[in-house]
Amino acid sequence: MIDVIAGILLVSGALMATTAAIGIVRFPDVLSRMHAATKPQTVGLLLILAGLGLRLQDLSDITVLVLIALFQLLTAPVSAHMVGRAAFRTGFARPDLLTVCEFDTADTPTAADPDDTVAQDDDDPAGPTR
Amino acid sequence: MIVVGTICAVLLSITGVLCIVRIVRGPTMLDRTVAADVFVAAAAGAIGVEAAIGRHDTTLSILVVLALVGFLGSVSIARFAAPDTDRPPVDDDRARPAEWTGRDDEEDGS
Repeated sequence: MIDVIAGILLVSGALMATTAAIGIVRFPDVLSRMHAATKPQTVGLLLILAGLGLRLQDLSDITVLVLIALFQLLTAPVSAHMVGRAAFRTGFARPDLLTVCEFDTADTPTAADPDDTVAQDDDDPAGPTR
Repeated sequence: MIVVGTICAVLLSITGVLCIVRIVRGPTMLDRTVAADVFVAAAAGAIGVEAAIGRHDTTLSILVVLALVGFLGSVSIARFAAPDTDRPPVDDDRARPAEWTGRDDEEDGS
């Protein structure tokens, strides 16, 4: 019975990775591909690790599995944040696909300051992070 | 459990092939980075499935390494991402305002 549950978890994790790969091929720009890409990194890997934990059933192994899940949950948002920010900075994000964009405030006079700082930061590619 | 292993192998192989398709086709560096991240996640999933099928724990340390190395790779690539100089970022009918990116002064650089 536990093997059946573990098998279902493993197959659903692999299915999550497959749907994300289909989304990566089909979606139109970087940000929507990132939306698809976060599924196997978090949910898919967590499902596979849960199935692996049900298969192994050893306390030390499950400790390592929890550690892997913790690393993945800590690092995936950081890398996604940096990739998305680089997509905006280099101009690869398509503004016609966005529903809400809080950067597009060129009409208001108060928005001149953040735009200026963005332009200054972009002067060197390895510039200071914000 | 053999059936589960076969299904997972097929699904993860499809994942890897589609990620390589995006890595080859992807118009920008960031698309390739995202696809490589998914490829690393699929590889980690494949290692996990293999450990679950064989019921052994010798490859768990490789999973720890993969969870950290994929992070470092994508962060370093995104850190030094630069616009492609031989290719406009968007098509002409979707031209963005100049203040969107503030990128007009760096078209001839690296």
